[in-house]
Amino acid sequence: MRRVSSASKAADRVFKVATGICASSPVLFLLAIGIIVIVQSIPTIHYMGWHFISTIQWNMGSLYGSMIHKNGVSVPSGASYGALVFIVGTVASSVLALIIAIPVSILTAMILAYRVRGPIGFVLSILVEILAGIPSVVVGLWGILVLAPWVSHQFGPFLRSVFGFIPFLGGSTGSGYGLLTSGIVLAMMIVPIITATARDLFRQVPLLAREGGLGLGMTTWETVRYICLPFIKDGLVGAIALGWGRAMGETMAVLMVSGNAINILPHNIYSPISTMAAFIANQLDSAQTDATGMAVHALSEMALVLLVITLFTNLLARFLVNRTTRRRSVKAGANG
Amino acid sequence: MITARRRRRKVSGFIGWGFAWLASALVIFALFDLIVSVVWHGVRAFHWSMLVQPTHGTAGGLSNAILGTFELVIIAIVFAAPLGILGGVFTSEFAGSRTAGIVRFLAEVLSGVPSIVIGYFGYLLMVLHWHWGFSALAGGIALTIMMLPYILRTTETSLRQVPHAQREAAWALGMTRFQAISRAIWRPAAGGIATGILLAIAIGLGETAPLLYTAGWSTNYPSLHLTHDQVPYLTYVVWSYLDQPYQDARNLAYAAAFVLLVIILLIQLGVRALVWKTSGYGRRDH
Repeated sequence: MRRVSSASKAADRVFKVATGICASSPVLFLLAIGIIVIVQSIPTIHYMGWHFISTIQWNMGSLYGSMIHKNGVSVPSGASYGALVFIVGTVASSVLALIIAIPVSILTAMILAYRVRGPIGFVLSILVEILAGIPSVVVGLWGILVLAPWVSHQFGPFLRSVFGFIPFLGGSTGSGYGLLTSGIVLAMMIVPIITATARDLFRQVPLLAREGGLGLGMTTWETVRYICLPFIKDGLVGAIALGWGRAMGETMAVLMVSGNAINILPHNIYSPISTMAAFIANQLDSAQTDATGMAVHALSEMALVLLVITLFTNLLARFLVNRTTRRRSVKAGANG
Repeated sequence: MITARRRRRKVSGFIGWGFAWLASALVIFALFDLIVSVVWHGVRAFHWSMLVQPTHGTAGGLSNAILGTFELVIIAIVFAAPLGILGGVFTSEFAGSRTAGIVRFLAEVLSGVPSIVIGYFGYLLMVLHWHWGFSALAGGIALTIMMLPYILRTTETSLRQVPHAQREAAWALGMTRFQAISRAIWRPAAGGIATGILLAIAIGLGETAPLLYTAGWSTNYPSLHLTHDQVPYLTYVVWSYLDQPYQDARNLAYAAAFVLLVIILLIQLGVRALVWKTSGYGRRDH
């Protein structure tokens, strides 16, 4: 028997270590991002404390005036960093996006999973995947060209006249750049994510369960509604949380259609807003003009808050999706 | 009585599926409306000369941005492809199911980090702390972080689809694991890995947020200096020139969006065509 030479044994070992190092790179990047963002936010955390997330005044202070010293850090006089406007904007726009996207994507996923097959199903699935691949600036451009005028002239006035009695739906419909347009644009960006995940979940429902429903005389709709939907409930919640995390972290499209509000909370769904991600991108030039570097630290704390919120929703989402998948694949057998 | 109930159930089924079809139609309509309106504005604003002229002032061409975009994506793929592929090999071939699960989970968490946070991280660490300035390398590394989890996952998935018997056959010939992977196992998975890399390139081409704080912008052609030299890129033109009050500048933005969309759609459709050809639909005899 020919023995494996020691050189190839060594090569094997080196290869294994090299791949192991590469496999650990995601966690290294994650750690690096977390550590850098936390370390850089420390001065603002000292300066603002909890007021960072509870006040609405974002003011870089007088950049040419004298410095003031407070809590061991020096900042331009009059500086105040309150991110509440952006936190509210992020939550409101992403929740609005979910309200639009959840029914649309679950219904679309039902069609993709149960109603179309063969070439047509393949083409429809591709269209959904292409939608996921459209760059966010292009979606933002569509928002400016098509959506904002439509919301301003048609959809906004329509909503106000029909549902104006509901709080937040009445009032001035504004320029079309605001919460509603941001919500629609965000919905456009998360529909493909939720649809693709929900479609895969629907396909994991065992055929026997569906046949059982049909065998009892249920209509196809009742089978989907009363058997498949409850079957994948946890996974669906996970898919939705996944889309939510994506919506909160989305930058460019929102930046282009949100109206870039600052220091003012939205008063109805047509008001201009700004999200944390969009505001960070928007402050590119002004942050560099602050000689104390405080503005950079303040944006870093904003990035930290955003990171924590999105990581939390993502962890929840993965936990729920994986739990469903694991449970189903055990039941459905080796094909799962 | 029973017929009334049966009719009601039938009608509710009709209504339910009707809404479902409506929702699908809405999604497809939105996609087509987006593509048509961007292409419509883009085609009217686009001139072939834009492909060879650099940007100057508020007008000009896109050649510097196109070259810069490719420079950034090439730098990103140089880092992301080896890291992602080797990481995927480890997860699929060497790691136990527990370790593999952890790596997969962390890659998914990384892909959930908002792109602007990655960009700002790059700004804090590379642009400010390491004094690279806005540069190709900083932008490329920020894009690497975006692409890496994607490549890792697709590599792992396609390697997992290689039948175990093929590995056993290679081992039975006396190959080490490295030899088995490098000579036999990667071949059936190559198509899937290539698909993953192409789609990662498409993702990288369309990213803006990670580059805003790392790559900067310039109206010159990108140079070969990896640091201290700002790089122009296409998505920046779309975002920033759209805000200008001049029609020329806006036309440039439309044209940039059009070029971007065409490149990305070509990659996406090309990849899907490949998948179509190798999947069951295009080849029935398999």
